Amino acid sequence: MRTTAHPYMANSVPAVKQVMLDAIGAASIEELFAQIPEGHRLRGGLPLPPSLASEIELSRHLRQTLARNETCEDNLSFLGAGCWQHHVPAICDEVVRRSEFVTPVWGTPSSDYGRNQAWFEFCSQLGELLDLDFVGLPVYSWGCAAGHAIRMAARMNGRREVLVPRSLDPERLAVIRTFCEPRETASHLTVTLVDFDPQTGRVDLDDLRAKLGGEVAAVYFETPSYLGTIERDAAEITRLAHDAGAEAIVGVDPISLGVLAPPPDYGADIAVGTIQPLGVHMNCGGGVGGFIASRDEERYAREYPTLNLSICDTVVPGERGFGIALFHQTSYGLREEGNDWTGNSTYLWSIAAATYMSLLGPKGFADLGELIVQRSHYAASLLDELDGVRVAWPGGFFKEFVVAFDGKTVADVNRGLRAHRIFGGKDLSRELPELGQSALYCVTEVHTKDDIERLVGALREVIAA
Amino acid sequence: MTHLRRYHAAVWDEPLVMELSREGRRGLIVPEAEAEVRERVGEAASLLPAGIRRSDRPALPELSEPDVLRHYLHLAQETLGMMGISLFGTCTMKYNPRLGEAIAARPELAELHPYQDEDTLQGVLEFVHGLDVILRGLSGLDQFVFQAGGGAHAAYTFACIARAYHAERGELGRRNEVVTTIQAHPCNGATAAAAGFKVVTLMLEEDGYPSVEALRAAVSDRTAALMVNNPDDMGIYNPHIDEWVRIVHEAGGLAFYDHANFNGVMAKIRARDLGFDACMYMLHKTFGVPKGGGGPAVGAFGCTAELARFLPSPVVIRDGDRFRLDADRPASVGKVREFWGNVPQVVKAYAWARAMGADGIDEASDLSVLANNYMERRLLEIPGLTRSNPQVDAYRMEMTRYSLGKLQEDTGVGVVDVQNRMADYGIDAPWLSHEPWIVPEPITPEAGEMWSKEDLDYWIDVLAQVCREAYDDPELVRSAPHDQVVHKLADTSLDDPDVWATTWRAYLRKRAATPVG
Repeated sequence: MRTTAHPYMANSVPAVKQVMLDAIGAASIEELFAQIPEGHRLRGGLPLPPSLASEIELSRHLRQTLARNETCEDNLSFLGAGCWQHHVPAICDEVVRRSEFVTPVWGTPSSDYGRNQAWFEFCSQLGELLDLDFVGLPVYSWGCAAGHAIRMAARMNGRREVLVPRSLDPERLAVIRTFCEPRETASHLTVTLVDFDPQTGRVDLDDLRAKLGGEVAAVYFETPSYLGTIERDAAEITRLAHDAGAEAIVGVDPISLGVLAPPPDYGADIAVGTIQPLGVHMNCGGGVGGFIASRDEERYAREYPTLNLSICDTVVPGERGFGIALFHQTSYGLREEGNDWTGNSTYLWSIAAATYMSLLGPKGFADLGELIVQRSHYAASLLDELDGVRVAWPGGFFKEFVVAFDGKTVADVNRGLRAHRIFGGKDLSRELPELGQSALYCVTEVHTKDDIERLVGALREVIAA
Repeated sequence: MTHLRRYHAAVWDEPLVMELSREGRRGLIVPEAEAEVRERVGEAASLLPAGIRRSDRPALPELSEPDVLRHYLHLAQETLGMMGISLFGTCTMKYNPRLGEAIAARPELAELHPYQDEDTLQGVLEFVHGLDVILRGLSGLDQFVFQAGGGAHAAYTFACIARAYHAERGELGRRNEVVTTIQAHPCNGATAAAAGFKVVTLMLEEDGYPSVEALRAAVSDRTAALMVNNPDDMGIYNPHIDEWVRIVHEAGGLAFYDHANFNGVMAKIRARDLGFDACMYMLHKTFGVPKGGGGPAVGAFGCTAELARFLPSPVVIRDGDRFRLDADRPASVGKVREFWGNVPQVVKAYAWARAMGADGIDEASDLSVLANNYMERRLLEIPGLTRSNPQVDAYRMEMTRYSLGKLQEDTGVGVVDVQNRMADYGIDAPWLSHEPWIVPEPITPEAGEMWSKEDLDYWIDVLAQVCREAYDDPELVRSAPHDQVVHKLADTSLDDPDVWATTWRAYLRKRAATPVG
């Protein structure tokens, strides 16, 4: 038993405990647990590893264990696929590490006003990027945002099927399937896969037309797609969806929206996506967060499962406040009758994203998008020239593209690259076997021309070996 | 009574960032593509399909780098953010060790990609496994995963596992009901419903919880699962909980323990010992991880070996000295979220548990219950305040729900007014109650183990002062707050489509359509 007070617990001083016990009139702390029947009690202690109550020891232990990791800073990484290495401005880190943003739970609209304003600025700036007026507070991830949006559409039109591209990220597809429920439940939604054109990597419009029946609640697609391609027929996809009476839901990477058209330009009704690229570190996948946005129409707004923060007035004329709109329709308000559920989410990251969008501004997003497109195409064109390497769809992508290898497995290639301190692209060979030994490569603003050439040189060696 | 602090929030009258824009300013410069790159691939516009290129510039603000920094620092200062005393019940406001923040900021954690080769992730996998083992010890269960992004999401994870379990047995079509109680967090019923179940909600009875008979009547061969917390938010422990689990099991259902209120029973009881098949811990509450105003959070989900094959994939497995991600799990429910969880938060929780150790965790639950009962003695002396379930005379667990219904009857001052006024004395808003409000004007402080006796005394002194003000000068409290960033919100419905505006552009459009006044 420890005899000194624990640094996290002010009342662990024996004399303090005694004063409190005396005030209660109890003889022991044990007496206070009398509600729990003896038969329920754990006796004999917990099987836990030894404590490291001294920060001096604990810090050392944590750092030593972390040192067993290798990072994307010390290696050259081309991994993306839902979690991307973008530059995180120092100010984003400074802001999200402020205690006032790190530790609060909720507060009141008056006491935690500044954080609420930051949230509102997140929604407002994202709304500008998306060209959409209604933006909810963030959800857990892109996949969860897509799942919620599909359920929104099904509630709106009462239909029970959703079309999604077969090229969808299997990770995101698995999340969507979870949201759509198994066939045994009465509220099950059928997920139907729409093929992609092997020549272009884009949605196969004929297959889409064939599958767009009267039970389709929504067509969900992404641009850029999981495989990197930009859906140049996006307007046609949404038109077909609308003609069939379905909602058109699009998934977008907001960092692309300095150069790519915003969703309403091609007719999307609901936009979802990720916020991780906007100033959040990859955090081993723990940096993800998602958003849902739409036109500010009541029929959409009434179906949001998110908390929705509205600018409003205070009791003092001319003074602004921020309050929760449409609270009653959430599970906090209506329990199981609410729209899906609401809970803790990724709100801190929305402040990183607000900071990021303010830093970049309109020109920053345009410049960044252009740089990424140029560097990624540069990488693709050099790789495509290598013997035994082929870029599946060499034009019309944003930051990711599919690289196919002849004569070597992706596993072998990536193992070889690791000796060069390079993390190769994500292996697609198991999830999309028809693409052969293929990998998804990601090139962003953090990859210089020299980095790309280093990859090319290393690949040349690995493939020749 | 201690001297009440003078407090006033920082007021900057900080404009929205969009209003700080000045054309041409830059907060971040992006390098130009290298000459060789430009030469080889040409201009970006030529690389993007026409018709899908953005033709306008998004109306984002244009600011210099220091302007952005100062703006958001002003907003941070305009946030009380637990810098006061926060006894926000059900959320277990405890110390968030800054060592965890320092560790999470290191590139060995921040700059990891989840698809890196396992060889390069051994450190972080060791932490995930380490916390799994610690939670097994605390619960008696066999396997934990961290994919869920919050407590509600872990409840949803359970509902998905219950689906898979009954589907495998061919009974999902019939077993379409989940039983919960009115005192369980709304997320239990809500996530069960979102997973496709009907929800049966039991009401409280004389002892402060639903009776065994009520449960028996609700359970049948349609029951898929029980989702319940214990103790509840009023501080009452259901002594029949093991019998509840037995009844549900006998009917063929599963039992899920929502451990939202774990702080007072850590090291005292274990979910598995009471018969539960699965449980959930909120790392951002009980395990010292910060809340971030609403995440990133983690709902750690654990279950028995029998249910482990249904867990969301992947699961971190120890193989001798190595750790690996097991994604080859054919019976798995699949995924509830991309990747394997909010990994930095898992590492912070691991660090917290190591800093506390078994003795520290046991003592934390001792101190939580001690503090709550200490507070109760003093709080019940405040005129206008009463205790929920007054007929239950036992010591409460780590929190007690009180009612300011009498204060409101006597003075017209409601609990939201009290909450607002307490902030004027530097107190973070206390929790009231989830829907529905079973007691009138509820207020639910939870002391936890972090706050000192002096902090608790100060908090009580402030509430006593505010209640006194309510009797002496009710308008002072009704018009509160007075010393915050802004005043209380106008009594306007934000459910009106002509009024709500979740973005600045929507606000400008609606205000132009309906000018103020």
